[in-house]
Amino acid sequence: MSIEIKTTTLEPVRNTFSHIERRFGNKPATRYQEATYDVQSENYFHYRPLWQPDKELNDPSRTVITMKDWYDFKDPRQFYYGTYVQQRAKMQEAAENNYAFFEKRKLSSFVSDEIKNQLIRFLVPLRHVEQVANLNNMYACAYGYGTAITQACMYNAMDRLGIAQYLSRIGLMFDDNTGAALDEAKNYWMEDTIWQGIRAAIEKTTVTDDWFEVLVAQNLVIDTLIYNVYYNQFDQQLQDNGAQDIGILTEFMQAWLKDSTRWVDSSIKIAASESEENKEQIECWVKKWRVIISDALTPLVTEMIDLNAMPIAQAALDKRLVKAGIVNG
Amino acid sequence: MSKVYIALQDNDESRYIVEAIAEDNPEATVIHMPAMIRIEMEGKLCVNRESVEEKMGRDWDIQELNINLITLGGNVEESDDCLNLYWNE
Amino acid sequence: MAKKINAKEKYRLFTRDLDWDYSYENRSEAFPLEEFEGIKITDWSKWEDPFRLTMDTYWKYQAEKEKKLYAIFDAFSQNNGHLNISDPRYVNAIKIFLTAVSPLEYQAYQGFAHVGRQLGGVGARVACQMQALDELRHVQTQIHAMSHYNKFFNGFHEYSHMHDRVWYLSVPKSFFNDARTGGPFEFMVAIGFSFEYVLTNLLFVPFMSGAAHNGDMATVTFGFSAQSDEARHMTLGLEIIKFLLEQHEDNIPIVQKWIDKWFWRGSRLLTIVAMMMDYMLPNKVMSWKEAWEVYFEEAGGALFNDLARYGIRMPKYSETIEKEKEHISHQAWWTFYSHGNATGFHTWIPTDEELDWLSEKYPDTFDRYYRPRWEMAKKMEAEGKRFYTKALPQLCSVCQIPMLFTEMDDPTLNCFRDTTHEGERYHFCSDGCKDIFIDEPEKYVQSWLPVHQIFQGNCGGPELDDVLSQFYRMNLDEDNMDMKNSLDEKRWKKWKGVA
Repeated sequence: MSIEIKTTTLEPVRNTFSHIERRFGNKPATRYQEATYDVQSENYFHYRPLWQPDKELNDPSRTVITMKDWYDFKDPRQFYYGTYVQQRAKMQEAAENNYAFFEKRKLSSFVSDEIKNQLIRFLVPLRHVEQVANLNNMYACAYGYGTAITQACMYNAMDRLGIAQYLSRIGLMFDDNTGAALDEAKNYWMEDTIWQGIRAAIEKTTVTDDWFEVLVAQNLVIDTLIYNVYYNQFDQQLQDNGAQDIGILTEFMQAWLKDSTRWVDSSIKIAASESEENKEQIECWVKKWRVIISDALTPLVTEMIDLNAMPIAQAALDKRLVKAGIVNG
Repeated sequence: MSKVYIALQDNDESRYIVEAIAEDNPEATVIHMPAMIRIEMEGKLCVNRESVEEKMGRDWDIQELNINLITLGGNVEESDDCLNLYWNE
Repeated sequence: MAKKINAKEKYRLFTRDLDWDYSYENRSEAFPLEEFEGIKITDWSKWEDPFRLTMDTYWKYQAEKEKKLYAIFDAFSQNNGHLNISDPRYVNAIKIFLTAVSPLEYQAYQGFAHVGRQLGGVGARVACQMQALDELRHVQTQIHAMSHYNKFFNGFHEYSHMHDRVWYLSVPKSFFNDARTGGPFEFMVAIGFSFEYVLTNLLFVPFMSGAAHNGDMATVTFGFSAQSDEARHMTLGLEIIKFLLEQHEDNIPIVQKWIDKWFWRGSRLLTIVAMMMDYMLPNKVMSWKEAWEVYFEEAGGALFNDLARYGIRMPKYSETIEKEKEHISHQAWWTFYSHGNATGFHTWIPTDEELDWLSEKYPDTFDRYYRPRWEMAKKMEAEGKRFYTKALPQLCSVCQIPMLFTEMDDPTLNCFRDTTHEGERYHFCSDGCKDIFIDEPEKYVQSWLPVHQIFQGNCGGPELDDVLSQFYRMNLDEDNMDMKNSLDEKRWKKWKGVA
């Protein structure tokens, strides 16, 4: 087929969709903008959910957090599906090379039995924690409001599944792919005293009603404390004890946290600066959950590292709260 | 008996996959359509990883089928080495 | 020494082994929706994962697909690909796609996210979560594909706002609202099975092949790229149905009821697609009748033969739909043509060649019942009296399509059914819709029927043009009315340098 453009210049009739133009003016839009803003249905739903008849299908009142515009939750990473999977694929390629190298060089054989047992008892059971992180972010995605924040929750949820699967692979590295280490780790998770506090706490997150509270508990409180303990402190401890190779296997988690933190901190800040009520509510949730999680984590962390570990993690959380504009958390 | 089918995008890689399928499933019919290659077979069809690797000249994962696949019909049974499509009748 | 695990066992460790029996909280509080539909699950571990995709491989393969897709989108806009379509009338088909179908992909994302949280079995949850992510992919890539068309043609600019309000768009919207407001298992049977397995090709072939035959590279590329996700969705749909039927015999009548309901609602939804296929594609793919025969009667036949061993039969009213395939596209296009002043896309009289094609494809019905209308329309248009009805159509209270369907055994008789519920009379286009209402009246009485709402004064007004321009945000005399002399047509001629 031939294009018959004579001397006419092809001026577009319009630059973008009307709803984008109303927000950003009459100019070409970014792919993130077109994929995100005002996509979700807002009005005139036909039926009430059989499973929640006091709410509409899409309903901002599923949380006590209020926003004039739920699309204020712009993701600083500007992830829409395409950029999200491409970014993660880059991380995945690095991780895959790392895991392949670890296996090819049989680096597991250079890890002492003591460290190996520590990994199975302390690190591998985290896969269950990540499984609940998947559930919690899925919850926020399904019941949250507006494409901006819900799509970011969706990506976060799937990231957790990915991390849980990497942690499972770590287990398989140390039991010759038989699954024995995973069975052992799950046993610790279900029976070992040091794990019961955290297991109870995260079971509790899955029966929590307000989706924004769930986000705060999971993505702000739990993640800051756990990731600091494991991927800062425990990681350092492994290095100090000659097991620095393990870092190859947890590199993905470190890179992921950096990425995710940008989004979480931004969202908390936006919600908190919207209104005094929002800020107080978030602070209230933070106070509540940091007590629950710290109490739950302390026996585990003390055993895994030492008595100083929990206070260090708490300090990391304090620092992060300040950045997010939460002062009294 | 009902037909199972698999349709792939018509590109460079798919042609090797189609070659392998046709060889392993001699009763199958290969239909070329715009931008798409469709393979039909009565009852049961299998995609063998090894056969595809041989045609392609490189290592190939069964799951790479995801990149070129358009659609399929039938119950799916997937393993490391093959993908089976079948109807229970 | 323990045995090395195989692929199936490994996947189990990567998914369902992650979950556990709660000790500290009540698990049924964390998963409260599993029982209220009466479905009985005795053993989630019986769930079979057909495509064992771990997240790392998902990211890898999907990123590869995305790179290729966006390279084509970029090339399409850089090279003014919209100039390669067969005929500017074609663009109206994809106006319907963006305003009617894309928002459903978004609802699918939401619906699968919901069941991806609520189902008790991890294997099923993971599959649903991946589907939710895929559906988000679909809506966003569709928006991006159409973005270029929006810059050059009318009718795309307010797709989201219009989907929430416009009289014919409540058909798809209510379909998915219905599915999402049902419980998780109904949602899975409605969408995962009935829509994504049984009926999917009847949506895909018209739009995507239609795009291929009419030079729409952006949509074709999107379509083929999305279809590989659909293969995974189809296997999920088939797995859920088999799983439910195998879990407990009490599930069988419930599942059958849902299959009957959703097959009917789904085929009603496809009316718009049928019309698009027969009337809106300048280069034809096949007739709706042919598509129905290949993609439902043949393919569906194979499927239901397979399911017969569970005690599942063909959906109720499949014989009615078989008769309807001869009629619905014609009845629908006539309705939209005559309401062309109130549509967000252009309408037109088919060309003489197209009328002949319709005669050939519908030898038993077209010349007898429908050609005479078009001959009359041509005559009126030639006299400068292009026909636009002054009325608004009555909508069926369930499917929300205008009451344009006829009795299948007498196409000269409109099909009206009705029932009374708590003192009010409700109207339906068919026995199928009436059955659906009678089974759950408290649900369907809630419908926000656009035409009722207009007459109740809830959509602005008082004139129809006020509703269209202010409530719907249509650009009058730009988005609506006949293709002839439209801005779309004028611009096209200018770009092509033709008179």
